[in-house]
Amino acid sequence: MLYREAGQFRSSYAEDQQIFPIRQDRIAFAVLLVVAFLIVPVVANQYWLSALLIPFLIYALAALGLNILTGYAGQLSLGTAAFMAVGAFMSYNFELRIPGMPILVSFALAGVCAAAVGIVFGLPSLRIKGFYLAVATLACQFFVLWALTRFGWFSNYSTSGVITAQKIVIFGYAFESTQSKYLLTLAIVTVMALAAKNLMRTGTGRSFMAVRDMDVAAEVIGIPIMKTKLLAFAISSFYCGVAGALYAYCYLGTVEPEAFNLDLSFRILFMIILGGVGSILGSFLGAAFITLLPIFLNVGSKAIEEALGIEVSHAMVSNLELMIFGALIVFFLIIEPHGLARLWQIAKEKLRLWPFPH
Amino acid sequence: MRQQRLTWTIAAVLTASFAGGALAQANEQFVPANGYWVGPYAPGGSGIFGGMLDYFKLLNTRDGGINGVKLTWEKCETEYNNARGVECYERSKKKGPTGATVIHPLSTGITYSLIDKASTDHIPVISLGYGRTDASDGRVFPYIFPLITNYWSQNTAKIKYIGSKEGGMDKLKGKKIVNIYHDSAYGKETIAVLDVQAKKYGFEVTHIAVPHPGNEQQAQWLQVRQIKPDWVILRGWGVMNPTALKAAAKVGFPRTKIIGVWWSGAEEDVLPAGDAAKGYIAAGFNLPGTNFPLMQEIQKHVYAKGQGEMDDKSRIGSVYHTRGVVHGIVTAEAIRTAQERFGKGKPITGEQMRWGIENLNISDARLKELGAVGLMSALKVSCMDHEGGGGVKFMQWDGKKWNVITDWIATDQSIVRPMIEASAAQYAKEKSITPRDCSKEK
Repeated sequence: MLYREAGQFRSSYAEDQQIFPIRQDRIAFAVLLVVAFLIVPVVANQYWLSALLIPFLIYALAALGLNILTGYAGQLSLGTAAFMAVGAFMSYNFELRIPGMPILVSFALAGVCAAAVGIVFGLPSLRIKGFYLAVATLACQFFVLWALTRFGWFSNYSTSGVITAQKIVIFGYAFESTQSKYLLTLAIVTVMALAAKNLMRTGTGRSFMAVRDMDVAAEVIGIPIMKTKLLAFAISSFYCGVAGALYAYCYLGTVEPEAFNLDLSFRILFMIILGGVGSILGSFLGAAFITLLPIFLNVGSKAIEEALGIEVSHAMVSNLELMIFGALIVFFLIIEPHGLARLWQIAKEKLRLWPFPH
Repeated sequence: MRQQRLTWTIAAVLTASFAGGALAQANEQFVPANGYWVGPYAPGGSGIFGGMLDYFKLLNTRDGGINGVKLTWEKCETEYNNARGVECYERSKKKGPTGATVIHPLSTGITYSLIDKASTDHIPVISLGYGRTDASDGRVFPYIFPLITNYWSQNTAKIKYIGSKEGGMDKLKGKKIVNIYHDSAYGKETIAVLDVQAKKYGFEVTHIAVPHPGNEQQAQWLQVRQIKPDWVILRGWGVMNPTALKAAAKVGFPRTKIIGVWWSGAEEDVLPAGDAAKGYIAAGFNLPGTNFPLMQEIQKHVYAKGQGEMDDKSRIGSVYHTRGVVHGIVTAEAIRTAQERFGKGKPITGEQMRWGIENLNISDARLKELGAVGLMSALKVSCMDHEGGGGVKFMQWDGKKWNVITDWIATDQSIVRPMIEASAAQYAKEKSITPRDCSKEK
């Protein structure tokens, strides 16, 4: 009833091509941004910001990066965490070695370094596909972590190979409070997500999708395969690199290479599979599912235990939570193999007909 | 309708639990138990937190808490995962009447992640026998305490032990030592200090990395056989340890010449290796056993009442369990010290706890009162020295139990301290921290 585009006429190309063609969507998105930028920092306490929302946004950005590569360009990758590691360590080095370097520039340059690594490890994609490519990107995962621990330069010769992020100062303002770090992360993620959304609607995005759907056909209609695939690797790694830099600077502060292990790459891959392959929104939904749900389960089970006044051994509860989490993943994949984003889309379509579905 | 009600119930329960921290009770001291009870490292996590909580329960039931202040805690599962560790920290830091008193991250990775946060929140972090080595310089790291002995100090004790076996430190000249390490921040931590010692004593050291998790070590041990070292230092963690012992047996390297660090020296590390582990030597800053008077007290006041933490009773008095009791002693004694200054019988804040740890002095006499003589070495912390100068004992596995084969071996601070100060100074420079002046601390 409320969610219906009847009566909304578009009279210019610009209106026709906007990201959210339906007015209700635009309003909802604007409200979401207002809530995220203005209300959340005031209402949410430190726990919510630093333990839930900041990591959620950072993982969403990394998932978005992987989604560009895997979801849009069809190249399976297991090197996501490695690209994040490059971003984290390179932004640290730019800040350390170039005095007076603006932090946002180091983030961007770190992204560029990650993109360069991405291009190098994207080269095998020109010859191999699918699972074989995944194995080739696995090499990237191991190589990057090996290089970061082996060569002391990356961690400024710290004995344990750990780096500590410097203070974030932009135009003389020090981002020290959790609120300010949250806002910085949110701003970067918002800008990059909108950029990705737009990118996927341009010629570049369409050629990504053409390559994904059938690369031979794409080549026949004149899409340069090498350029497109490597560009997809570069853009994807750029996003992951920036996510890695944020992980070090806005989230943990001190990072060891081991934090970016294969486990993290898998988690991000699961995020896009659960959230929706080839969907910007899906990256966010997937990140929320993987990062927030286990914590809610944990908090919820504690509360239920207290409410019912029973005492169960902690190890048992922890194992049970893992089982429930696993069962939920299977459940969602069965009811909607295309991910949570697809569920959301179906819900919107139903909402358009509501309350009179025919 | 029923479904809706269920949703509302869940929502209500969730909100209640997120807001629940506000219900403060007066005379309680909250210590978070953020550890791990699931996953590959569960033996360590469950054992150590089991021991710590057993000790807290003993204090609560036998003495009514510390000067009447009861200890409370809440378990939070970190899964040995940095992100979950940070989440647990954030969740626990505001609980109890005075917030989290002290954090035991029980993971080098989580310790690193918490250094910044805890320092801003004024919550001390105790990393007992692990964590960031250069945090021993309390001038740069006021809130971080790698107590008893850090990795570098432990390493000097190990070389001293090898020296004593060879008949003197001057006999180390020309000897060959292989350092087999877990390829992680934890494993790499001692490479630099070993190189320094190699130069000083004239022995030859080779570092061989084992990739995580370390369940395949054929190549590494073949390399060991080629080098024919006099001693092997095993710096492993988890499944890497029994695998190493089995691989050593296969290439015929004598187990009596392998010395493990204390994260390679629990029952869980040797039992899976079976006979291959016989003769293996490991370091320890705490000793296993149930005969200490304190362990007897725990059995009497906690387990006899069916309140013990360890589900498997055979693990009482194991290396990890008594290590947990040592965690408990250090925590409780620091709270006591802080109470003596800031008001007996009152809960203390994180800042006061920091003072308490920094002025902690567990003398031999105090250990006797606690019934823990031999369980751990005496400890004296100061503003300069956040380590406390503990000693290391070496134990040998006879196939059934660990036998202590040395007295407390002191560490060699003449090697370690300059390295710590240099490393801490570099950290201070990177983070633009001005080190505290310890002469002005009261």
